[in-house]
Amino acid sequence: MIAYVFKRLVEIVPVLLLVVVATFFLAHAVPGGPFDRERPLPAEVKVKMEAYYGLDQPLPVQLLRYIKNLAQGDLGPSLKYPGWTVNEIIGSRIPVSVTVGSLSLLLAILIGIPVGVLAAARPHSWLDRVPMGFALIGICVPAFVLGPVLSLVFSSGLGWVPPCGWGNPVHLVLPVLTMGLITAAPLARLTRGELREIYNLDYIRTAQAKGLAPLRIRFVHALRNGVLPVVTYLGPAAAALVSGSFVVESLFDVPGLGRLFVTSIINRDVTLILGTTLIYAMALLVLNLVADLMKAVLDPRLARKAS
Amino acid sequence: MSKASSISTSLMGATWRRFSRRRLAPLALGFIAFLALVCFLSPWIAPYDYKTQNLALGPVAPSAQHWFGTDLLGRDLLSRLLQGGMISISVGLIATAVALLVGVVYGIMAAEVGGRFEDLCMRFIDIVSTLPLTLIVVLATVVFGQNIWMIFLAVGGVSWLTMARIICTKTRALKNRQFLDAAVALGQSRWGIIRKHYLPNLAGTIAVYATLTVPGVMLLEAFVSFLGLGVKAPMTSWGMLIKEGADVMEQCPWLLIIPSAAFGFTLLALSFLGDGLRDAFDPRTLSE
Repeated sequence: MIAYVFKRLVEIVPVLLLVVVATFFLAHAVPGGPFDRERPLPAEVKVKMEAYYGLDQPLPVQLLRYIKNLAQGDLGPSLKYPGWTVNEIIGSRIPVSVTVGSLSLLLAILIGIPVGVLAAARPHSWLDRVPMGFALIGICVPAFVLGPVLSLVFSSGLGWVPPCGWGNPVHLVLPVLTMGLITAAPLARLTRGELREIYNLDYIRTAQAKGLAPLRIRFVHALRNGVLPVVTYLGPAAAALVSGSFVVESLFDVPGLGRLFVTSIINRDVTLILGTTLIYAMALLVLNLVADLMKAVLDPRLARKAS
Repeated sequence: MSKASSISTSLMGATWRRFSRRRLAPLALGFIAFLALVCFLSPWIAPYDYKTQNLALGPVAPSAQHWFGTDLLGRDLLSRLLQGGMISISVGLIATAVALLVGVVYGIMAAEVGGRFEDLCMRFIDIVSTLPLTLIVVLATVVFGQNIWMIFLAVGGVSWLTMARIICTKTRALKNRQFLDAAVALGQSRWGIIRKHYLPNLAGTIAVYATLTVPGVMLLEAFVSFLGLGVKAPMTSWGMLIKEGADVMEQCPWLLIIPSAAFGFTLLALSFLGDGLRDAFDPRTLSE
């Protein structure tokens, strides 16, 4: 098992390297540079600034230097925010996005999975139809519709929470609710669909015949298998949540990674683009690994196949 | 209709019978067809011109003159909704077609060649999937400008990965089946095998996955519009209408509610259609 984890962790390195190379060339393919302003800089200033940041060197040289610094954990200086390093900027955003993302993930799991289990237990009853109807709506409603609607209800309507801002736990409510509900919807449908199939299997019938309590069958016996595809889905979903959502962050004025990423593209801030992409790719690869490990714990047969 | 044709066992015939037996799926198909028709006929049937402003009028709530009200610049929302629908549905269809074409060709090619080549192809998909979609779409729109065709290509260009992966897995499974050995033994050419054996057997998967790609693609277009990188004003799309509505939802809630409802119902119908098609193409569900 430890050998397997180690092997997977080692595999992440070349993938990240390829991501860096691909992003590097994509980011440099964009016309315009970080020093383009509405009022153009004097030519000699621009030349000096480019020399200062090493942008006058050929691309492969720049890339190699970037990778060399990256190996020491240095993501370079930001081109758009003078005096700031990418490490500092991203470092200040990560706690925000991780807080919002992990709370949303928790909310999604706490809502999505129990709702799916209940719906699968009583198919075609109101306990199935009503929540699954909401789940279907949740899948079809994008965040930039749900967010304003929630804000309309809880902030302008009821006045319970401030419409936007950051710094107080109260500010977490709307972003977490928006991202959590949107992630909970597919989770509930996935859980329900999987459990419906598992309830038809022989081992469940045996458990029922033995006279086990129905709740124990549903939550212990069936759910352990039924949750496997849900865990697969949660890997990339968790990565997307913790690396921040541009839409939710700009709706509620949250200073997170998602907004930073989009602004960095619009600003042509190449080092910042590379830094944020790298963080996202790392979150994705690590969380996929975590999901695979969780599946191996839930179903030891998978662990034997892997090693 | 003669009895012989009604019990036809052709792939398409049987599928259509199973499809039409469901209640919601044909309804969803009808709804989408109707919506697409009115949106594409909008230059002729829209009550007003979508870009004519009426600043003296300003925003008015839905009324007999303006069924869905008007926006801040006094433009008729119904006409704008139809024009935006034309853009959103076109993006949905064309980008999906791009994704489908690339995904199917890539998937079949990878599985048919097999071996190291297939591993390499799948590895490539894994790596591209690690890049954030936003980066690629935003870069493409920034590089090539806000051109509607670029949006089709960019959105389609990032949506083919899952399709290629699914098609490759399915093709590999088909490749090991006995009837394929038979086809090879009988001297069927590679192209003949693809055309006569792979494509018909993959038709169900392709159709189902296509209907599932359309909503994703439409959401992506809406997201691009939300960033302000979508189609150029005064042209509009549902994503842009929703964004504009969200900005003024307290004063003019109809500007948010009506486009959101149009968008939501379309995605809902597409998801019913996808479910219906999946069941129709999978005869095992017949016994249920």
